Amino acid sequence: MAEINLHTDSVRSLNEALQGAASGDKFSINNTRGKHAVSVGLTTAVNVEINGHVGYYCAGMNQQANITIKGNAGPGLAENMMSGKVHVTGNASQYAGATAHGGLLIIEGDASSRCGISMKGVNIVVGGNIGHMSAFMAQSGCLVVCGDAGDALGDSIYEARLYVRGHVASLGTDCIEKEMRAEHTEQLESLLQLSGMNHNVNEFRRYGSARKLYNFDIDQVDAY
Amino acid sequence: MCGIVGLFIKNPVLESQLGALVAPMLSEMTERGPDSAGIAVYRDPHESGCKVTVLTEGLDFDWDALESAIKAVFALSKISVIHNQAVLFVDAPISDVQHWLDRNYPELSITSAGTNIEIFKGKGDPLDFIEKFDIKSMSGTHALGHTRMATESAITTEHSHPFSTGQDLCLVHNGSLSNHNRLRETLRRRGVQFKTDNDTEVAAGYLSWRLSEGDDLEQALNHAIDDLDGFYTFAIGTKDGFAVMRDPIGCKPAIMAETDDWAAMASEYRAIATLPGAENARIWEPEPTQIYSWKRN
Amino acid sequence: MSKDNPALIESATFPRHVIAEIQRAASTGIYDIRGFGAKRKLPSFDDLVFLGASTSRYPLEGYREKCTTEVILGGRFAKNPIHLKTPITIAGMSFGSLSAQAKESLGRGATLAGTSTTTGDGGMTPEERGHSKTLVYQYLPSRYGMNPDDLRRADAIEIVLGQGAKPGGGGMLLGQKISPRVAQMRNLPEGIDQRSACRHPDWTGPDDLQIKIQELREITNWEKPIYVKVGATRVFYDVTLAVKSGADVVVVDGMQGGTAATQDVFIEHVGIPTLPAVRMAVEALVEMDMHRKVQLIVSGGIRSGADVAKALALGADAVAIGSAALIALGDQSPEYDEEYKALGSAAGFWDDYQDGKDPAGITTQDPELSKKLDPKIGGRRLANYLNVLTLELQTLARACGKSHVHNLEPEDMVALTMEAAAMAGVPLAGTNWIPGKGVF
Repeated sequence: MAEINLHTDSVRSLNEALQGAASGDKFSINNTRGKHAVSVGLTTAVNVEINGHVGYYCAGMNQQANITIKGNAGPGLAENMMSGKVHVTGNASQYAGATAHGGLLIIEGDASSRCGISMKGVNIVVGGNIGHMSAFMAQSGCLVVCGDAGDALGDSIYEARLYVRGHVASLGTDCIEKEMRAEHTEQLESLLQLSGMNHNVNEFRRYGSARKLYNFDIDQVDAY
Repeated sequence: MCGIVGLFIKNPVLESQLGALVAPMLSEMTERGPDSAGIAVYRDPHESGCKVTVLTEGLDFDWDALESAIKAVFALSKISVIHNQAVLFVDAPISDVQHWLDRNYPELSITSAGTNIEIFKGKGDPLDFIEKFDIKSMSGTHALGHTRMATESAITTEHSHPFSTGQDLCLVHNGSLSNHNRLRETLRRRGVQFKTDNDTEVAAGYLSWRLSEGDDLEQALNHAIDDLDGFYTFAIGTKDGFAVMRDPIGCKPAIMAETDDWAAMASEYRAIATLPGAENARIWEPEPTQIYSWKRN
Repeated sequence: MSKDNPALIESATFPRHVIAEIQRAASTGIYDIRGFGAKRKLPSFDDLVFLGASTSRYPLEGYREKCTTEVILGGRFAKNPIHLKTPITIAGMSFGSLSAQAKESLGRGATLAGTSTTTGDGGMTPEERGHSKTLVYQYLPSRYGMNPDDLRRADAIEIVLGQGAKPGGGGMLLGQKISPRVAQMRNLPEGIDQRSACRHPDWTGPDDLQIKIQELREITNWEKPIYVKVGATRVFYDVTLAVKSGADVVVVDGMQGGTAATQDVFIEHVGIPTLPAVRMAVEALVEMDMHRKVQLIVSGGIRSGADVAKALALGADAVAIGSAALIALGDQSPEYDEEYKALGSAAGFWDDYQDGKDPAGITTQDPELSKKLDPKIGGRRLANYLNVLTLELQTLARACGKSHVHNLEPEDMVALTMEAAAMAGVPLAGTNWIPGKGVF
C-alpha cells in the first residue's frame, strides 16, 4: 500500500503516480484538506483510499479504478466517469456524477443540486437526499435515491431511469412517474445490493421521460 | 468571480484569534480571486459614538492633518492608521461624521460606518493584503472576507468587496448579477448613492434601501430574491452576526460548517479545512433562497 | 421598386423576406431554425485597407525574401504546444452537423496545408483523428461523446463557452440528422430533436473554470494546450477572464460565425461583429501584458487572405475558418443549383443545414447524399484554398514590408468608414481621426 501525503506532495505528483500505476495497486491518500482534482484520469483498476475531504472534481473521468473517499467530496465528483467505482462515505457537493458514461457512483450521505446532470450511462446510488435540478437532461443510466429529491427532478430527461424512495419536491419538465415492472425491480435490487444499501425495493417509485419533448410540437410550447 | 469567507466566533475564548483563523481561509481563496481582497472585521465596539473606516487611493495622505481637522469639530477618541486606510473613533452621530467627511475630504472613501465594523480593502495579491494589514493579529467577534477576480468592472481598491450597505452592515458576493444597471438607476432615484459600476455595490445598496424601508434583514433578503437577477452567493455581516443566502438557481458554490466554537462559510471547502476542528464539524451546503444566520445574544 | 411595376415601393421595415418569415411563423408556430452565419451587412474587414510600401516603407520581394507564416499556439502552460505552418485553422464543426466524409475532407486538407482541425458538439470520430495530423478537441456543455481517451488522443483541448452565431445558446441538431451513428455517439435516441445545454454542467464562472482547467490538465499530464472559446459579446472582459482562469489560447468568434442549426433571431441579433471583437480581445491581452504569451485565434467571416492579414494586423495570432471551409468543399456551388432549387433555395442562398438534405453531401447524414463528397477530392480542394489564403496573406504582408506575418500591425491599415474606424481603432483614411478614441 503506497501512502501519499498531500501535505508534502503535490496533486500533480499524486495523479502522476496514480495514472501510472498497475491494476491491483493500492494507494492511501492523506491530508487532502479539500484539494481539487485529486485522483483524476485514472486508467487502471487501482484501489485508492482517500482519507479526508476533497474539493472539486475528485475521481474526474475515472476509468476502472476503485476509489473510496472517507469524507465529503466537492463539486463535480466523478464527473464524466467512464467505468470503475467511486464510493463516498460522507456527502457530495453539486454536479456529482455529471455527464458520466459508466461505472458506479455510491454516495452514502447526501448529494447536492444537479446530481447526475446530463448523465450518459453511469449508475448513481445515493443513501441520503439529492438537491434540486438533479438528473437534468439525464440521457441514460440509473439514479437511485434512498432519501428525498429536491425540486425539478429529471427536468428535460431523456432515457435515464430514476428510482426514488423518499419524497420528490417537484418533477421537472417531461419527467413523470412510471410503472415499476419486474425488469425495474430487478435492476434496482441489483444496484442496492452492489452499493450496500439495505432497503426494500417496494419502497421506491420510478421516474422517467414522458418523451413529449423529443421533437418540437407547437402544442407543447408552454413547456419551453 | 470570487472567493468569499465568513467566520463567526461562538466561543469567546477564540475572539482573540479571529484574525489568525480568518487569514488562512482568505489565502486559500487567492486562486479564485487573485485581483484584490477585502475584509470586514467586527471588533472594539465604540458605543459612545461611531467608528468610520476611510480609504485613500493615494499613499501620501496627511493623516495628521485629518486628525487635527476632525478634533476641531468633533470629539475624536482615536484614529488608527494602517497603510492607506484609517479607522476613526468619533463621539458623534454617524451621519454628522459622514457629511463632514464628504464635504471636507471628498478624496477619502468611506468604506464602513457603525459601532463595531471595520472594513479594509487592498488591490493586488490577497496574500500581500493579508500581510500588509496584519490580518493575523486581529481579534473580534466575526469577520467576512473576499478575494476578487474582477469580471465586468475595474480593479480598484474601491471596487473591492466588502461593500457596506448601512451601519454595521456589509456584503460580500460571489457571482454575477444581470440586472444591476437598471437597478442602480432605480435606486439612485430613491436616494441611494453609488461610487462604482460594480454589481455587488448595487446589491449592497438594494439591501440597505430595503432596510431603510422598514424590512428586517430576512425580509430584505427575501425581497432580493425577486428583485435581483443573476447568480449569487451572498454573505452579509451585521453588528451581531452574519447571514448567508444563495439565488434560486444555486450554481455558485457555497459551503457552511459549524462546531461548538465557530460557524463558518466559504466558497470552497479547503478554506474551511484550515479551521481547528473542521474535520469533525457539521458541514452542509446552503439551500437556494434559504437564509442561514448566526447572532450573538 | 419592382421592375414589373415601377410605381411599387417596397417597405424597408417589411420587405418581402420579412413578410415571408412572418407568414411562415404564422403557419408553423415554430421559430425559424437555419444554418450558416449572420447574413446581414455588417462593418467588417472589407472596410479596412492596407497602406502598402511607399517612399518610407520598403516591400519584400517574393520567394527568396521570406515572409514566414509559422505560428506556435499554447506555450503558456502546456508541455506540447501546437506548431502550425500557417495561421489559418479549421474551426470546430461537429460530426453530426457534418457528414463523416466532410470531417475526413477537412482533416485531409488541413494536414496537407500544415494546420489543425477541431471537433465539434458530437465528439471525436476515428476518421477525423485518423486524417487530421493536428486535432483540437472541443469540450462543450453537452459533453456528447466526451471521454478521457479521446482527450488524451487530442493535440489540444478547446473549452467552449459559446460561439459567434449564438453566444449564450447551446448546440442543436434536429431529428433528421440524428442518424443511428450520431445517436450512438451522442448517447441519444435516434430521430429526436437534440438541444444541448447552454451552460457547462459542472462549472459556472471563471473562478470555477480555473479549477476545471486544472482538472483537465491533470488528466492529460499538462501536455495539451487548453483553448477557451467565446462568442463575441463582452470581449474585453471575457478574454481577461479566460487568461485569469489559466487558458493557453483564447478563441473569439464574431457574429458572422456560422452554425449548423440555430434560431435565425439568435444568429442575427446576438453577438458583435468580428471586427471590434478582434480589437477588444487584443486590448485585453495587451493590458495584462499577455499579448503573444496567450495566443488569440479569431473567427467569424474570414474569407480571403486579406481578412487573415487584417485580423493578424489587429493583433490576432491566428484565425479559424468554418463557413469558408465548407464552401471550399463545395457548399453553395452553382453545380448544385437545380438541387438547391428543388429544396426551395438556390446556390449562394442555401442555409438549411438543419434539414440534412445537402446536395453537396456536406451538412447531411443521409448516406446517399454523403457519398457525393469524395474526401480525397474534398481534402485537395481545402488544401488548395488554405494555400491560396496563405499566399494572399504573404503577398499583403510583403507589400507592407513584413518578414513575418505577425509583424503586421494596426498602423498598417486605415478605415474606409467611420464605423470601421471606431471598431477597429484605426484612423479614417485621409485623416488622423479614430472616432471614440479614449473611451472604448
